[in-house]
Amino acid sequence: MMRSPMFGRLSGSEEILLPVKPLYIAITLLVAMMINLLPLTGWVLALRPDFVALVLLYWGIYQPRKIGFLPAFLLGLAMDVADGSLFGQHALAYSVMMFAAIALHRRVSMFDMRHQILHVLPILLIMQLIVLGVRQAAGGQFPGWWYFLSSIVGALLWPATDLLLKIPLRRRTDPDEA
Amino acid sequence: MEYTPPPFFKRGPSLLARLGFFALLSLFLLYADARFHYMEAMRKVIAIVLYPLQELADTPAEAASRIGNFFVSQSYLQRENDRLSHENFLHAGQLQSQQALIAENLHLRQLLEMQERAEQTSTAAEILYVGRDPFTRKVIIDKGSSQGIEEGAAVVDDTGLIGQVTRTFPWTSEISLISDREQVVPVQVVRNGLRAAVFGIGYDGALDLRFMPVNTDVENGDVLVTSGIDGVYPPGLPVAIVSNIERNAAYPFAKITCTPAAGANRNRQVLVMSRLAPLPDYPVSPDAKKGKARKARKSG
Repeated sequence: MMRSPMFGRLSGSEEILLPVKPLYIAITLLVAMMINLLPLTGWVLALRPDFVALVLLYWGIYQPRKIGFLPAFLLGLAMDVADGSLFGQHALAYSVMMFAAIALHRRVSMFDMRHQILHVLPILLIMQLIVLGVRQAAGGQFPGWWYFLSSIVGALLWPATDLLLKIPLRRRTDPDEA
Repeated sequence: MEYTPPPFFKRGPSLLARLGFFALLSLFLLYADARFHYMEAMRKVIAIVLYPLQELADTPAEAASRIGNFFVSQSYLQRENDRLSHENFLHAGQLQSQQALIAENLHLRQLLEMQERAEQTSTAAEILYVGRDPFTRKVIIDKGSSQGIEEGAAVVDDTGLIGQVTRTFPWTSEISLISDREQVVPVQVVRNGLRAAVFGIGYDGALDLRFMPVNTDVENGDVLVTSGIDGVYPPGLPVAIVSNIERNAAYPFAKITCTPAAGANRNRQVLVMSRLAPLPDYPVSPDAKKGKARKARKSG
C-alpha cells in the first residue's frame, strides 16, 4: 500500500510530502462537513460551495487508493439528512464525482493549479446537475441560475483547498538544510 | 483515462462496477424515499450521528451573537426598555379585557353545550439553521421528538404562522415553511370570513391565494388568518397580507399574491404549537353505516 508521494505528481516544483494517514482524511472530511453545516442564510448560502464535495474530490484526485466510493456515498447520505433533501441525491452525486476523480486522477494531477481548476469545475457542475436532475424528476422546480454559482466558487477555492490540506503534510524540518 | 490495474495487482471490482453498484443503491434509496417514505428510520439514525456536528457548527454563530449582545449600547437598551414597557402597558390592558372575554366565551360555550376548544400548549424553540436544499423552504429547529415536538404541529413566531413540523428527529426537527412549494394553508379573510387556501410558491416573501374567482371579494391589504377547519393549524393565526390582485377576465381565477405575515428570516425564536385534538370522524351516510354494522355482526 505504501505509495510514495513522489510518484503522485509530475509537475514542475514538486515538494515531497509526508504520507497521508487515513485518520487525517477522515478529520478533513469531518471538518468540511461541519463547515457545510454552518448556519448561513441569504446570498452567503447561495455562494457557499459544497466543502464536502470539494474535499472528497481533492482526496479522490490526490489519494485515490486511500478513499473510495463508500465514504463518498455515506457522506452524501449524511448531507441529505442534514439538508432535509431527498434521501440519496447527494449520495448519487458524490459517487459519480468520486468516479470522475479516480478516473481522471493521473491526468488532473499533471496540470498546474490554473488548469486543475478547469478540470474541477466541470466535475463539480456535473455533480450539481445530477442533484438538479433528481429533484426535477421528483417534481421540484428550477431554483435559478445562481444555483450553479456554488460550483464556480468551489472550483475557484481549489488552490486554497490544496494549500490548506497540504499544511499538515509538510515536513517540519528539512534534513538537507540542518 | 480509465484506471485499470494489471491483473496481478487485482484490487477488487473495476471502477465502473463500483460506480454502478453505488449509483444503483442511491437510485433505489431515492425511489424508496420519494415514493414510499421508507427511509425515515434511517434518517433518524443519521440525524443522531450528525447532531454533535450541528451543535459544533452552531457554536461560532452563537458566540458571535453573545459577544454582540455584550457590546449593545446603553442608549439602545434604554430605548428598547421604554418601548417594551410601553408595549407591556398596552398589552396589560388588552389582557384584562381578554380575560373577561375568555370567561364570557367559556360561559357562552357551556350554554351552547359546545365542545370546549382544547388549550394549546406550545414549546419555544430556536432555529438552528436554514435548510440548504435550494429546492425546498425548510428550517431546522433545536427541539425534537424527545422534547415532545410532534409531526404536523404548527410553528409560529411573534407575528404569525411560519410553517409546519414535517419531520422530527430526537433532538432536532424540520419545519417546512409556508413558502415551500408543497405547503398549503387553509385561511380565512378577516374582513369578510371568506375561506380560501394559500399556496407556497417556492421562494420567500410571496404566497399565492389560488382558486379564487375573478369577482371575489378580496382587497389589497386584507389580512388572512388560519381558518382552523383543517384540524392541523389552530384557528386565528395571522398568515399573510394580500399585496397584489390581478383580475383578468380571460382566466377563470384571479391572481392574488400575498406577503407572509411572519418570516423565518427575521428572528431565531419560534413557538411550536401542540397538535390540535383530533376532529370528530367524518359523518358517514346511514347506508354505509348499516353495511358496516352488518359486516361487524357477521364477523363477530
